[in-house]
Amino acid sequence: MEAVHAHEHGHEHHPSGIMRWVTTTNHKDIGTLYLWFSFTMFMVGGVMALIIRSELFQPGLQVVNPDFFNQMTTLHGLIMVFGAIMPAFVGFANWQIPMMSGAPDMAFPRMNNWSFWLLPPAALLLIISLFVPGGAAAAGWTLYAPLTVQLGMGMDLTIFAVHILGMSSIMGSINIITTILNLRAPGMNMMKMPLFVWTWLITAYLLIAVMPVLAGAVTMTLTDRHFGTHFFNAAGGGDPVLFQHIFWFFGHPEVYIIAIPAFGVVSQVIPAFSRKPLFGYTSMVYATSSIAILSFLVWAHHMYTVGMPVQAQLFYMYATMLIAVPTGVKVFNWVATMWKGSLTFETPMLFAIGFLFLFTMGGFSGLVLSITPVDIQLHDTYYVVAHFHYVMVAGALFSAFAGVYFWLPKWTGRMYDETLGKWHFWLTMIFFNVTFFVQHFLGLAGMPRRIPDYALQFADFNMISSIGAFGFGLSQVFFLYIVLKAIRSGEKSPERPWEGADTLEWTMLPTPAPYHSFETPPVIK
Amino acid sequence: MAGIGMLFGAAGASWAQSRYNLQPPQSPIATQIYDLHMLVLVICVIIFVGVFSFMFYAIVKHRKSVGHKAAQFHENTTVEIIWTVIPFFILIGMAYPATKTIIAMKDTSTPDMTIKATAYQWKWGYDYLNGEGEGISFFSNLATPKAQIEGSRPKGQSYLLEVDNPVVVPVGRKVRILTTANDVLHAWMVPALGVKQDAIPGFIRDTWFKAEKPGTYRGQCAELCGKDHGFMPIVVEAVEPEKYAQWVAEAKSKQGASVVDPNKQFTLAELMALGEKVFAGNCAVCHLASGKGMPPAFPALNGSKVATGPKDAHVKLVLSGKANTAMASFKQLSDADLAAVVTYERNSWGNKAGDLVQPAEVKALRK
Amino acid sequence: MTSQPDHYYLPAPSHWPVTGSTALFCMALGAVLAMNNAPGAGWTLIGLGAAIMIYMLFGWFGTVIRESESGKFNKQVDVSFRWGMSWFIFSEVMFFAAFFGALFYMRVLSVPWLGELDQKLLWPDFTSTWPAAGPGIEGQFTPMGAWGIPAINTLLLLSSGATVTWAHWGLKLNNRGQLKLGLFLTILLGVLFLGLQAYEYGHAYSELNLKLTTGAYGATFFMLTGFHGFHVTLGAIMLTVIFFRSLAGHFKPESHFAFEAVSWYWHFVDVVWLLLFVLVYWL
Ligand code: HEA
Ligand code: HEA
Ligand code: HEC
Ligand code: CUA
Ligand SMILES: [Cu+2]
Repeated sequence: MEAVHAHEHGHEHHPSGIMRWVTTTNHKDIGTLYLWFSFTMFMVGGVMALIIRSELFQPGLQVVNPDFFNQMTTLHGLIMVFGAIMPAFVGFANWQIPMMSGAPDMAFPRMNNWSFWLLPPAALLLIISLFVPGGAAAAGWTLYAPLTVQLGMGMDLTIFAVHILGMSSIMGSINIITTILNLRAPGMNMMKMPLFVWTWLITAYLLIAVMPVLAGAVTMTLTDRHFGTHFFNAAGGGDPVLFQHIFWFFGHPEVYIIAIPAFGVVSQVIPAFSRKPLFGYTSMVYATSSIAILSFLVWAHHMYTVGMPVQAQLFYMYATMLIAVPTGVKVFNWVATMWKGSLTFETPMLFAIGFLFLFTMGGFSGLVLSITPVDIQLHDTYYVVAHFHYVMVAGALFSAFAGVYFWLPKWTGRMYDETLGKWHFWLTMIFFNVTFFVQHFLGLAGMPRRIPDYALQFADFNMISSIGAFGFGLSQVFFLYIVLKAIRSGEKSPERPWEGADTLEWTMLPTPAPYHSFETPPVIK
Repeated sequence: MAGIGMLFGAAGASWAQSRYNLQPPQSPIATQIYDLHMLVLVICVIIFVGVFSFMFYAIVKHRKSVGHKAAQFHENTTVEIIWTVIPFFILIGMAYPATKTIIAMKDTSTPDMTIKATAYQWKWGYDYLNGEGEGISFFSNLATPKAQIEGSRPKGQSYLLEVDNPVVVPVGRKVRILTTANDVLHAWMVPALGVKQDAIPGFIRDTWFKAEKPGTYRGQCAELCGKDHGFMPIVVEAVEPEKYAQWVAEAKSKQGASVVDPNKQFTLAELMALGEKVFAGNCAVCHLASGKGMPPAFPALNGSKVATGPKDAHVKLVLSGKANTAMASFKQLSDADLAAVVTYERNSWGNKAGDLVQPAEVKALRK
Repeated sequence: MTSQPDHYYLPAPSHWPVTGSTALFCMALGAVLAMNNAPGAGWTLIGLGAAIMIYMLFGWFGTVIRESESGKFNKQVDVSFRWGMSWFIFSEVMFFAAFFGALFYMRVLSVPWLGELDQKLLWPDFTSTWPAAGPGIEGQFTPMGAWGIPAINTLLLLSSGATVTWAHWGLKLNNRGQLKLGLFLTILLGVLFLGLQAYEYGHAYSELNLKLTTGAYGATFFMLTGFHGFHVTLGAIMLTVIFFRSLAGHFKPESHFAFEAVSWYWHFVDVVWLLLFVLVYWL
């Protein structure tokens, strides 16, 4: 504690008010910015989802026109992935990685600030695109050519937004990797790092490897649109499918970029509330690495219907199925951690269990999709939509909720209201399944995705799903209330609110965590 | 393993129309897919129940509130190896039947007939290339009236899944479908027949099916293709071979009747009448029947510079389309249709060009 | 000044990042406008953005250089910079990988496919060869040969890799003259390379009928060599900066990370060129 304020170097002047946030180089401030930004974008993307669900409440066109519907689908996907989920976990990384590995801050604090402050302009470009002639990009978040070549200037705004988001992710990742590799406290060797830190190391590596590839893909789209290249046009020897290869070379690792930090959070929360060390730490590290490596070899499972040669279909199917093995290892390890523990069920643990249960379901539907012939039936139907909401909403988003409840006391020094937290969990859990479970049936029955209107046999499940979506959305407004209430008037948190939590931020730092922690590195035995 | 497979293969044999599962399969491939899905689903459910019974047991018995003290073990190499290896073998058990199905699906050799399905924004065009019915070609548009979509009239039974001209095929024959597209990606999907194949502009891809029973099988475009992606259904009508022969004869005679002498001179009234039909069938999705379009995405033709300017430029634009916009080439229409639609555009709504285009002129402008 | 601080240097709050974001926002919006029939307004915004960007780069790097020269960075900070630069270069490698991937795909897959029997229905007259423009492109073009300017350019870049290493040796031996001369030669070679490249583009457009719009070959040729040229330009600018810093007496024999970072970057650009030379020009 004394070490903390002993050295006041480097902060000669402290801007106050909004400029404090705009110019900050403190990892905790930046983490906070990321988290609030992410939640805001979650609301924006969520409102778009609600527009989608309103249109799909009944057959027929009632609420929006088909073109606007497609814009909503596209922006919903882009904003949720790049604006909500990814920044949320970068926010966690900013807060936690220095604290958990005993570092004074991130390795490049100023660049850290830039990584964050690139997000608002990118988001702004996406939002502006809604209001330009022709509207926003309407080709789905996958931005498949050549539909993207037809679209209006909204597409160009989207392309530049993706470029800027990519820069942000790359800089953020460089920072995270460098912090982890170079700023750990003495004695904190790699195999002692908390799993959350490990998962981010791997994620950051994935990000640096694939974000530039996405930038390349959209750059080719841009030149096809405006400068007469023929990357995605058969007349010039190109191929629309080329775009899909490049996109999914990015896109499949991307889904693990979303999932792996979520695994990390859950791997901190489950042992804490089981009062028992994580089972199979070493195999967790290896499993996560294998998932990351395999993720580069499976991208074409999104493209089984483009008409690849049979050998290619077989290769991608086998490789994809293989990912179930390391992921299974993780699932088993989590269950084994709970086994013979001394379990309690505070809100973070509830969300972690919800994650475990539902993510595994999503994993299994992924496995069903990995079987090429079955995927040919289910590709581009609501079954896929159900699959990825299970892994991304019940997976990543639940894990983010678990993380917020888990670390909020450490960040703010105040406890959230446990009763309300449990309500939030149960409402979220129930409405999530109401919304997305029925989508499996829609997909099996053959309802295509990205359509604003559908045949009559799909009507009842769509109605259920839409009702669920509104319930789910409202539950998240309730989450906002819980967090604000905790920050404003929550009870003061004890130094160690969670008996079983034993990483550095709990054992070596006071609660709430001081503005500067570990300016003198702690020594880990 | 094999036991489980057989068990659920059998369960799959009684496909009732279920609202919770794949559509009842109507082709050999669809049947294999159905069984494969059942197999994988059941294995997954068993593992799921297995894994989570451990978790729920722990949740009930190993909770602090019942006084359970935490054990401190945190690894066990034997178990860890077991639960890495066993899933691996389970996966092999799934991959084996899947591989067989993939190979069967991809085998498009020796078809009894070949049909080319060309996707347009937003309709399908079919050309019977080989086998009985060779030479037949037609377009297939959504048949559901706008009023039903907008809700001013009650929705019919096959709402959004009905077309003016279905693809007719004989049952029990191997039909090879070639897909391609005129503008952007689309996909030709008929779930009950187990086919889905992307239609890619500039490339031909293929797939095949064999309908086992007569019936009407409905599907939709399954790749986002712009505004009316939700409104380009596919209907396959599988009929007994004799009825198929009958249909072929009828289709051929209809097609013969509509062929016009290329040098025929049309009157303005004839062209306007034909043009209105062609316009409604091809152009109105974007430019609207009122000619007002949906600016800025789809320009108004009413008062458009092209539609009121020199007629050659107008014909050329429709013939070759405009690169990098939704305005595709319409060279697939006949000379007469093109002449008619251009004439119609030049003399409808507020446009008063007053001139008319003859099929021969269109022919001359084709390269 | 020379004593190493025992704490990891944490910079004070800074407005440079948000300034950079503003610049990028203006440039992006400007580019969109310029490409969509609002060139006047678009170019103005691009210019404004670029000006802010340059201001930011001077300000930000200026700050870092001052911090460095006043001895605020310890060994650990230096290691951070090394990790940072290495991963940045890795990200650049992946960016080029996307375009090399496109080249591979078109050359090995899509162009041959288009010439296959299956596609005769759509492209009856196309036979696939490489270099190819594709079945729908009219007019003949001449591909760029490898053994004229491109070979000279290869030599230029390879020698520039040698001169920058020579300069590095000079720096390590505290031979400032060698450092300055080496850097100067490197920059000279880089600029010469760019000049020849520009001439080659002009030649392609005016005599070979080889354009960005020339289908598969044109698109991959110009995008790959163009992005490479852009990186050479960046590298040359970076070299110029450290050249002036050398003139101003910066860098010590035992600590000169900025110099090394630039030379890594320069070598990276070199290696990309070798790949280009083999895969785009030669084979
Ligand atoms: C967080 C994100 C995330 C994650 C983790 C996953 C995980 C997986 N996904 Fe998913 N996926 C998406 C996000 C994600 N996916 C998205 C966004 C899309 C659609 C994109 C779009 O088109 O818009 C998609 C689409 C998608 C498709 C393409 C569908 C289509 O468009 O046709 C496929 C096909 O193979 C697939 C497969 C898988 C597999 C096999 C896994 C595996 O990793 C799952 C592994 C987990 C398990 C299997 C469960 C636990 C394991 C055990 C308990 C062990 C024992 C099990 C066995 C032996 C069976 N996914
Ligand atoms: C991690 C990412 C993520 C998340 C969190 C979500 C969240 C949700 N998604 Fe997601 N979704 C995607 C990623 C995600 N989605 C992707 C990638 C696609 C594919 C896009 C494509 O096809 O290209 C997709 C597509 C998609 C579709 C298919 C659209 C189509 O094919 O046409 C649907 C349909 O139901 C849907 C629904 C929902 C719903 C109901 C939620 C809910 O969880 C949302 C919860 C709602 C809220 C959070 C709103 C809260 C706010 C309020 C209730 C207050 C409102 C009032 C005021 C602001 C005053 N999504
Ligand atoms: C998929 C949508 C679509 C369909 C179908 C379509 N058009 Fe178009 N049309 C467009 C778009 C988009 C443009 C604008 C192109 C541009 O940006 O200049 C356009 C432009 C035109 C123009 C030029 C108008 C002007 O003032 O620039 C004419 C004439 C035209 N179309 C005629 C037709 C005819 C005739 C048909 C049917 C045979 C047709 N279009 C079908 C989308 C469509
Ligand atoms: Cu055609 Cu979707
Ligand atoms: Cu994937």
